[in-house]
Amino acid sequence: MSKIDPIRPDSRITLLQRWNHFWVKTRGDMGILGFGLRWAVLLLFAVYFFVPMLWLVLATSKSAPQLLELHPLAFGSFQRIQEAWQRIIEYQDGEVLLWAFNSIRYSLWALVLSLAISLPAGYILAVARFPGRRLVLWLTLITMLLPASALVLPMFMEMNLFHLVNTQWAVILPAAFFPFGTYLTYIYFASSLPPELLDAARVDGCSEVQLFWHIALPLASPLLGLLAFLNFTANWNNFFGPYVLLNDDKLFNLPVGIQQFVVATSAIRPGFNPSPGVMVGYQQAEAALFGLLMVVPVAIVFLIAQRYVIGGAFTGSVKG
Amino acid sequence: MANQTSSLHLNKPRFASFSHWRRRYSTAYLLVLPYVLVMLLFGLGPGLYALLLSFADFSTGMPSYFAAGFSNYLAVFKDFRFAFTMGNIVEFLVISVPLGIAMVVILAILLQMRPGPSSTALRTLYFIGGAVTGPVLVLLAIFMLDPSISPFQDLLKGMGFHLLNDVIYPGSLPVIFTLMGFFVGAGLWIAIHYGALEAISKEVIEAATIDGCNAWQIALLIKFPLIRPYVIYQFIVIFALNVQLFVEPQVLGGGNNLGVGGNVPAVWSPNQLAYNFAFEMGNFGAASALSLMLLAIGLGSAYLIVRWTGFFNIEN
Repeated sequence: MSKIDPIRPDSRITLLQRWNHFWVKTRGDMGILGFGLRWAVLLLFAVYFFVPMLWLVLATSKSAPQLLELHPLAFGSFQRIQEAWQRIIEYQDGEVLLWAFNSIRYSLWALVLSLAISLPAGYILAVARFPGRRLVLWLTLITMLLPASALVLPMFMEMNLFHLVNTQWAVILPAAFFPFGTYLTYIYFASSLPPELLDAARVDGCSEVQLFWHIALPLASPLLGLLAFLNFTANWNNFFGPYVLLNDDKLFNLPVGIQQFVVATSAIRPGFNPSPGVMVGYQQAEAALFGLLMVVPVAIVFLIAQRYVIGGAFTGSVKG
Repeated sequence: MANQTSSLHLNKPRFASFSHWRRRYSTAYLLVLPYVLVMLLFGLGPGLYALLLSFADFSTGMPSYFAAGFSNYLAVFKDFRFAFTMGNIVEFLVISVPLGIAMVVILAILLQMRPGPSSTALRTLYFIGGAVTGPVLVLLAIFMLDPSISPFQDLLKGMGFHLLNDVIYPGSLPVIFTLMGFFVGAGLWIAIHYGALEAISKEVIEAATIDGCNAWQIALLIKFPLIRPYVIYQFIVIFALNVQLFVEPQVLGGGNNLGVGGNVPAVWSPNQLAYNFAFEMGNFGAASALSLMLLAIGLGSAYLIVRWTGFFNIEN
């Protein structure tokens, strides 16, 4: 869209050329006022999204009085981080580690089950025609629009019927249903898998299952990256389901655990008169560090899956 | 796409015998069966079971099916909190849905106007909030809205807020939940709309440029209409999701040691009321009835939008 060629990263250019390129770009078809407006809006939102995260990281290093006295974005001390870590590790005899382990176990189970079920289904819906196919696609679309939170209470009643309430399966099994994954797989294979390729393999004697395993799946790595990220994030952050379906605190995942921690301790308002039963001595740094325990794994998975998640990975995921 | 999705169909003449055909079908059913099974158990099943329970009587503690007639639905309507929670959720939807969609579309268009390293970096930055959800989000919101420790304290104090309770009060809750939802969800939607904008053919943009359109006119007159299907999709998903609001008000109103004690009612959203029916009052019939009403609102709006726009025509 700009009127001169983009700078290639490998070309050697002078600062003057770079400035010239910049100026032509800004003056180009947008105008200097538009340029300023665009950057003002974009930077304003950058502050909105970034500053809270930065604060959360820095808050782990500050004591309650330091949070009030120091600049909100100042760093406290590493010693305080260590103390906060010690306190949350010791909380209820190390239940935090148990919750973290539960979170990992639930999320991985859910990931494996949902992909093992969604990928073959989405694939066969894309490449084969069989009676009932349209019905399955329509039901997928309808259930895709239902947020998981809509089904939590009905799910509780159903799990109660099967005597699964307060077991890990009450959290893991419902997560195996991943209609978004099936639909995205369907769209992906329907639009990017050349039928000639499958026909050629069929002539060579490949079965449908072999086609899926040896031809389709290896071609689907961007899809796998995207689905794995979305699925892991959703299950790692799953709160409403476990909150309703689990009542043994040994089975909690991190989100339910952190809710319990925040409500049961003085961590958010350390200086105030606690209500009866609230555990005192906890400060904001502990709550912030606990929060980071949940955020950091998602951030890591995001960085790994980033090129599939951001950018054109969604192109074609919704038909217009 | 029709010819791509029907390769087996096209192969039909090659396989003369019925048994061969059946084998072909059986492979398809084998691959799709586990999915259909979990869909029945964990997608449609809970909904249907809730329908059954909404007509069941729970006065003895155990369900007696079909004994209640419509009394559970009546109990929901008669509850003094029903109108209150519905009013709250309508106010939240009116603010959060249009604002959320408009800001996300504007940011995606602004970013995609000038693709490059800065645009990519900002998109990543906007995505970071997505890592924060549920209780951690509430925790972060309390810290961000507390004028004594917030990094935005100058802004808050400038607006006349000096205590957390000045910021978080019943009237501000819809706006606060909107800000929280946008913080978490915007990044993913920006990525979706950005992808859609990238898919617009370069020829269309070039033709508009030659015709004398500037970047702003292209954004408004060419790009926005072309990503309309994605905007409709976002509307459907955001609407259905926001109707179900539960976690934020539940955690925020969950303890009086969060510093917002009396300012957040224990039951603020309809989904919390359903939870309250089930676990505080033991009336699972009324809980099911209300859950189904919320479901119907989400699905009903989706259906209307789909019919109205002809969107989601899966076999075009």
